[in-house]
Amino acid sequence: MRQITGNKLLVKALKEEGVTTLFGYPGACTIDISDELYRQSGIDIILPRHEQALVHEADAYARTTGKVGVCLVTSGPGATNLVTGLATANYDSVPLVCFTGQVARHLIGNDAFQEVDIVGITRSITKYGVTVRNREDLGRIIKEAFYIARTGRPGPVLIDLPKDVMAELGSAEYPKNVNIRGYKPNTSVHMGQLKKALKMLQKAKNPLFLAGGGVNIANANEIFTSVVEKTQIPVVTTVMGRGAISTKHPLFIGNLGMHGAYAANMAVTNCDLLFSIGTRFNDRITGKLHEFAPNAQIVHIDIDTASISRNIHVDVPIVADAKEAITKMAEYVTECNTKKWRAEIDAWKNEHPLTMKNRPLMGPLDIFNEINKQFDKVIIVTDVGQHQMLTSQFVDITENRKLVMSGGLGTMGYGLPGAIGAQIGNPGTPVISISGDGGMQMNIQELATAVLEELPIINCIFNNTYLGMVRQWQKLFYGKRYSMTNLRSGALSRRTDGQEYPKYTPDFIKLAESYGAKGIRVTSREEIAAAFEEARKSTRVPTVIEFIIDPEEMVYPMVKPGGTLADLIMDC
Amino acid sequence: MDKGMKTRWISLYVENQVGVLSKISGLFSGKSYNLDSLTVGTTEDPTVSRMTIATVSDDETFEQIKKQLNRMVEVIKVIDFTDVFVRMKEILYIKVRKCSPADKVELFQIAETFKARVIDYGKDSLLLEFVQTATKNDAVVKLIKEEFKNIEVVRGGSVGIESISMMER
Repeated sequence: MRQITGNKLLVKALKEEGVTTLFGYPGACTIDISDELYRQSGIDIILPRHEQALVHEADAYARTTGKVGVCLVTSGPGATNLVTGLATANYDSVPLVCFTGQVARHLIGNDAFQEVDIVGITRSITKYGVTVRNREDLGRIIKEAFYIARTGRPGPVLIDLPKDVMAELGSAEYPKNVNIRGYKPNTSVHMGQLKKALKMLQKAKNPLFLAGGGVNIANANEIFTSVVEKTQIPVVTTVMGRGAISTKHPLFIGNLGMHGAYAANMAVTNCDLLFSIGTRFNDRITGKLHEFAPNAQIVHIDIDTASISRNIHVDVPIVADAKEAITKMAEYVTECNTKKWRAEIDAWKNEHPLTMKNRPLMGPLDIFNEINKQFDKVIIVTDVGQHQMLTSQFVDITENRKLVMSGGLGTMGYGLPGAIGAQIGNPGTPVISISGDGGMQMNIQELATAVLEELPIINCIFNNTYLGMVRQWQKLFYGKRYSMTNLRSGALSRRTDGQEYPKYTPDFIKLAESYGAKGIRVTSREEIAAAFEEARKSTRVPTVIEFIIDPEEMVYPMVKPGGTLADLIMDC
Repeated sequence: MDKGMKTRWISLYVENQVGVLSKISGLFSGKSYNLDSLTVGTTEDPTVSRMTIATVSDDETFEQIKKQLNRMVEVIKVIDFTDVFVRMKEILYIKVRKCSPADKVELFQIAETFKARVIDYGKDSLLLEFVQTATKNDAVVKLIKEEFKNIEVVRGGSVGIESISMMER
């Protein structure tokens, strides 16, 4: 029988799994794999500038293509730099397979150069992780990794590859089938439970759909929309569920939660049946737990049993893939009489429409309006903070417009690498990244990757010279003591006791230009349209548009910390 | 708050692989679940280990623990021992030093009463072995602590197995 090295088998496995793009950063323990990839062409290798950005890029690539994102990094620091990205992917259920180099088996445990126990470190933030200890297990482990990553509730899988195992000769066979006795993801829908839930739906006076990220991950948007239209039941979404139904649809109310729309939060508070799909009732959406949806019976469809009845008590639990369940629902549902209920919701909408106060200066809303106007088809990737919440409130997400963000973990620095991954996976689609000036600087080195990969990403920086979301809390709840949030603070402000601050650094325009990207600074409302038009002309070069934003801009409405969903701060 | 707070038992079939014990115990520490006792050993199938776990938790937390265990790739099967007839025993060793002859007599009486065995004997020391339920072992430890000063206690943690059902008998 023909024998090949582990390195050769790995590359063969990647090809058999249909991997066309790999995000990799080399090192001593993976140099043989790099060499094997060099010799066997066929896989595009993206070389980012930092492993944290690398894993975010693979993550956004996976989110926007539906494929498994593949990472290859070296042992030690290469591996530990994955940690934040793995946790990000784990919270947002993103399928990744990450290969980490490891020192040779006889060195493991000796504190060898660039040795860390990465499987141990990442145990609680991966779906599965394993060190390959025997060459004969390699093929099976890779096969299982791809299967585990993409099935059930998707998630990141880490495979640790000791250098000597990979050099060893062994079988050239890559297995065709998977059989893991402890892992049998649920695929069928329990029809008894589903019918019980649908009966409750028909009886309810004020029924409400709550769609979470699971609906988007399952690609159930179209069938979900048809169920909504058939039943005439209004919809609220979580931030991750935005786009489950077009945000322009008349039955869409808005996001619920901490920065949810007033009408959406009121609808949750007043509904008598909350039919939720693919959400884990995170604390940011429930507000005060025991006053969440106080009048409602709750149905919960989720692929992950552990997400059901964890945070809130559920009356009818249904473990199922969102698309499977909604498709079954579509066969049975009929129109519900929701006329009166919808009128009630419309009244809330009119009472406190979701908008931002008109200001003399350029504000975020002006930018969002322009994005909504200029781009029919677009992928929007955000960073984390005020701009993220505002994007989730004001940017239209429809069949052709997708929103990508770090929702669960809230990882600053996701925006730029996320946009890179999305653009690599979707070469023909315009990709806009929206970041604050803080988050942008957490992975700004990736401008080099964007330039070298010739990605025409439009990077919008909302520069308010502050870490805005924390500042917002300080403004509202901490007596305007802006501790640690002013990005111009340093020796000068310390010396002058906060009286003087230097000019903002960096100059994002010069910085963009030094990387070979285009840079446009926008300081007034009138310049917005032209800036986007200019950026859109570019087909192979990224553009950075820096918008100078008033630090006093806030995200409203806002649930008071510890408050109920109905307990909203509307404006100061 | 403590709806149904009590000790509960789970039996777990897991892959006999490196890191599985760490993953299971890590789940308990990471999610702030109480872990009262955990024992593990291989089964008739050398690729499978079986764990017996005791946790003090309320109803909701216990449900969550079972779900979290179930979703782990390395966990093959979770058995809730709450409503099952089980046989469960724990091994307990107690060494008592500096015994007077009267102490020894008393220790032999304790051994007799609790069906323990005296498995080693020194000039002024005794080694006792108890195989009984963890609750009874608690009682023994308490008793001997009250009566004797120079003691050394080692407990094994409980192992359990379902009884043979009425149908099979």
